Amino acid sequence: MWDYLKLAVLAVIAVLAAIAANYAHDLAYMVNALTVMLAAAITFIWVLRNTGNDQPALDPHPERSYNDGVVRAGVIATTLWGIVGFLVGVTIAFQLAFPELNFSEFAQGYMNFGKLRPLHTSAVIFAFGGNALIATSFYVVQRTSAARLWGGNLAWFVFWGFQLVIVLAASGYILGATQSKEYAEPEWLTDWWLTVVWVAYLAVFLGTIVKRKEPHIYVANWFYLSFIVTIAMLHVVNNLSIPVSMFGSKSVQVFSGVQDAMTQWWYGHNAVGFFLTAGFLGMMYYFVPKQAGRPVYSYKLSIIHFWALIFLYIWAGPHHLHYTALPEWASTLGMVFSIVLWMPSWGGMINGLMTLSGAWDKLRTDPIIRMMVVSVGFYGMSTFEGPMMSIKAVNSLSHYTDWTIGHVHSGALGWNGMITFGALYFLVPKLWHRERLYSLKLVSWHFWLATIGIVLYAASMWVTGIMEGLMWREVDSQGFLVNAFADTVAAKHPMYVVRGLGGLLYLTGGLIMAYNLWATVAKQPAVASSNSAVPAE
Amino acid sequence: MEIYTLAREFADSWALLALVLVFLGVVIWAFRPGSRGVHQNAAGIPFRHDDRPAADSGPSQEALK
Repeated sequence: MWDYLKLAVLAVIAVLAAIAANYAHDLAYMVNALTVMLAAAITFIWVLRNTGNDQPALDPHPERSYNDGVVRAGVIATTLWGIVGFLVGVTIAFQLAFPELNFSEFAQGYMNFGKLRPLHTSAVIFAFGGNALIATSFYVVQRTSAARLWGGNLAWFVFWGFQLVIVLAASGYILGATQSKEYAEPEWLTDWWLTVVWVAYLAVFLGTIVKRKEPHIYVANWFYLSFIVTIAMLHVVNNLSIPVSMFGSKSVQVFSGVQDAMTQWWYGHNAVGFFLTAGFLGMMYYFVPKQAGRPVYSYKLSIIHFWALIFLYIWAGPHHLHYTALPEWASTLGMVFSIVLWMPSWGGMINGLMTLSGAWDKLRTDPIIRMMVVSVGFYGMSTFEGPMMSIKAVNSLSHYTDWTIGHVHSGALGWNGMITFGALYFLVPKLWHRERLYSLKLVSWHFWLATIGIVLYAASMWVTGIMEGLMWREVDSQGFLVNAFADTVAAKHPMYVVRGLGGLLYLTGGLIMAYNLWATVAKQPAVASSNSAVPAE
Repeated sequence: MEIYTLAREFADSWALLALVLVFLGVVIWAFRPGSRGVHQNAAGIPFRHDDRPAADSGPSQEALK
C-alpha cells in the first residue's frame, strides 16, 4: 500500500515536472525541471522494481545494528564532491591569474569566472562540507546514542534529496539562475526543495536522539543539532522571495535595500558560524577523542564552549557591512560580538588540542592525528584572524581585498578540509570493515601537500590583500589617488600564480586521498565483523 | 515603526537580561559541585557501542556504572 502511494506521488511529480519543462520561461528552469523529472522517473522505476518483493528481510532485527549504508554513501559523495570543488577552485584561481582561461570565445561565457565562482563555493561548502556533515552526523549520532537511525529509509531520502539540491543548484548557476546572494545563490525552486530535505534531516537526527539509549546527549550531538536547526532558520528567512512565475527561475526578494543586505549577512556569517563551525566542531568532539583514544580534555569546557558559541555567533554578521548604509550601532554591535567570540573559539581550540595531552607522541606516528591537530590549529588561527579583521579600523584596510579570501581559505582549507579528511580516514576502514587504511605513507603525502598548499594560499593572499588595500588608499601630496584599479590588478599577478599553485597542491592531496580510500576498500580483504571487539576502557 | 521601537526596547532590556542570566546559569550548572562524575561518564560516550546499538531494555549497563 505504502509503495503504491509512493509510486503515485513520484508519477505525479514526474508529469508535473515535464509540464513545467514544457512551459519554462528560461533555460535554467527548463534544465532544472527536466532534472527533477529524471530524478522522479529513476526513483519511480527503483520503487516499482522493489514493490511486491515481500521476502523476509535479510536482517530480522534491524534495530540491533546501525544504519551505516547511508554513511558509506555520504563518505563516497564527500570525497567525489570534494575533488570537484577543489578542481573548480584551482580553475578559477588560474582564471584570475590568466584571464585567457575563461575561454570566452569557445565557451560563450558559460565558463566565465563569474559563473564558476559560485559553483566552486557551493561545491566545497555545501556539496563537500554538507555531505561530510550529514554523513558524520549520522555516524556520530548513532554511536553516541547507542540507537539505530530513526525513520528507516528517510535517511536515504535526505542523502539523495541533498544530492539533487546540489545538481539543481550547480546546473542553475551555469545557466544563469542565481539570486546573487553570496552562499545563498540558488533560486526559489532549489530553496524550496532544500527546505523539504532539511526538515527530513532534522527529523532523522532528532528522532535518533529521542530514542537514544544513553541517558546523556553527547556534546557532539549538541553542536550538530544547533547546526541543523540554525541552518533551517537562516535558510528560510534569507530566501523569503516571491517567484515571478511558477514556470521561471527568477524570484524577487521580500526585503530590499539595507534590510536585505543585513539579512543576507546575518545568514552569510552564520552559515560560517553554524555550518562551517558548529557542525564541524561536532566532528571535532567525536573524531579527535576517537582517533586519540582518550576522552575530550574537559567536558565542562565543551558545554561552555557550546553555549557561548551559540549565544555569540548569531550577532556577528554586521561586520560584513562596515562603512555601508548599515546604522553605526549595528556595525559596532557586530564588531563587539565578533571580538568576544575570541573566547569560546579559543576555549574550543584548547579543548581539542589538550585532548592529546599525554598522547602527544601520537603526532609522530599517526598522520591522521596530525591532520586533526593541524585542523584545530587552523581553527584557532582563523578565529583569531576573523575577529581582528572585524575591527573597523582593520576592516577599512582589509575589506574588499584578497585578505578576506585568504582568511576564508585558511578556515575552509585548514579547519574544515583537514578535519573532514581526518574523519574520512577514520571512517572508511570502520565502515567497510577493513583492518586499516591502505597506506599511511599516502596520508602523510596528503598531509604535507595540503599543509604546504594552505600556507602558499594564505601567505600570498595576505601579501596581495594588504598590498591592494594600501594601493587603493594611497594619495599624493595634492590629495589625488595614486593608483588606478587596473594598477592593483597588474600588481597582484605573481601572488595569484602562487595562490593557484597552492590550490593545485591541495587538489593533488585530495586526489591522493581519494586513491587511498578507494584502495583501502578495493585492495584489502574485509576482516570478520568487528562485533566481538572488546569495549574500550 | 511603533512595533520596531517596542521590539528594540524589549530586545536591549529584558531579552538581553534573560539571555545573560540563562548563559550564567549554564556556566554555574556546568561547574556545580558533584558534577565531575556525570561529566566523566558523558565524556566516555564515544567509547561505548561502537559496533551495535544498546540492547532494547532500558539504558545500557555501562551508562549506569
